[in-house]
Amino acid sequence: MEFTLWDILRNLLLAARWTALLSAMAFCSGGLSGLLLLALRMGGSPAVRRLATAFIEVFQGTPLLMQLFLVYFGLPLLGLDVPPWLAALLGLTLAASAYLAEIWRGCVEAVPLGQWEAAAAMGLHRFRQAQLVILPQALRIAVPPTVGFLVQLVKSTALTSIIGFDELLKTSNVINNATFAPFTVYGLVALIYFALCYPLTMASRTLERRLALATR
Amino acid sequence: MPAGGVLEAYVVPILHGISTTLLLIALTVLLGGTLSILGAAARRSATSWVRGGAGWYVELFRNTPFIVQLFFVYFGLPSLGLRLDPFAAAVFAMTLNFTAYGTEMVRAGLDAVPPGQRDAGRALGLHDFTVFGRVVLPQALRSVFPALVSQVVITMLESAVVSQIALRDLTYEADLIQSRTFRAFETYAVATGIYLGLSLVLRRAVGRAGGRLLGQGLG
Repeated sequence: MEFTLWDILRNLLLAARWTALLSAMAFCSGGLSGLLLLALRMGGSPAVRRLATAFIEVFQGTPLLMQLFLVYFGLPLLGLDVPPWLAALLGLTLAASAYLAEIWRGCVEAVPLGQWEAAAAMGLHRFRQAQLVILPQALRIAVPPTVGFLVQLVKSTALTSIIGFDELLKTSNVINNATFAPFTVYGLVALIYFALCYPLTMASRTLERRLALATR
Repeated sequence: MPAGGVLEAYVVPILHGISTTLLLIALTVLLGGTLSILGAAARRSATSWVRGGAGWYVELFRNTPFIVQLFFVYFGLPSLGLRLDPFAAAVFAMTLNFTAYGTEMVRAGLDAVPPGQRDAGRALGLHDFTVFGRVVLPQALRSVFPALVSQVVITMLESAVVSQIALRDLTYEADLIQSRTFRAFETYAVATGIYLGLSLVLRRAVGRAGGRLLGQGLG
């Protein structure tokens, strides 16, 4: 059977939907757990803080591939039978939460200390200080690096092919085995990832420039 | 108990895997570090097509996954007549990837050096090449050194995927052990712990080497 370039490209683009979906879901769940981790990292008791810091350091100091393997092979030991897509989502969520918590901590710490003190002087409770005064300011600073992290996340999803999730790279391996055209297949795959990531990179850069102008 | 004992079955392969992983990152830092300096110079070149070409190289490699770059080099390039063994392909792909990030970092460092430094070097009668190598570059590298160290660690961690082209790095040895013992979680937990240790050691070693090369007091 002959494969035309269009056959290859069409199947790759269909598979790219799963890459996009996994990235979006991992970003949402990773963002939520990252926020929780940030709260523990900055507002918990000393023991909790140390635990949250250790969590972040372990996830930033080990390969994502190992983290995916541990989730994929570890959960069955607990009696949970997880399909590849769920293991992929869980692994990416954990990794993303560690990275996002660390990025966002930098943003919160960039808000001058006087803002906390002023909010305290207004008689606000610690949680309300964060919610009403600090977070709105930190959020503005956080948008460009968060969009930048999305690029890293989209690229990370390629590793989930190794634990058997049928995203873009896994599909391209299958197509490559059928067509014996690795140059074309992996070249197109690279271009598709580029088409997903480059607009995010540009957006992050534009947002950063706009923020720099606004806070000058 | 495996034939040949624990040492033979687990410890030796894992040590071998660690040495491969470390050799990969050492070669990548040497080659990629040098190319990053050239890349940064190209990004600031007066010739527009050199500047543009280097810019597109950086964007292309920073916006695609490393594993795809690796597969393209290992599986795709033989179509063009460039057939590399797994080790050479891994070093090649890792170097290309590291250079893209390194170029941007060194360029940012070069941009941060005040132009007066160059002028002062010239006023002393130094050759342009000496001014760049002895005056501007050391200052540029100092200011972006922490970012470069982080990138070295990230590249080492990403190198785990070279196991996918059957290069016998730490991850590949762990794959082999778990396929023999059926203890995947335990095996990968140990490998993960080793990677964590490697990233701590690497961070310290590169920091110390940088301190010796660029002078003490790096951030």
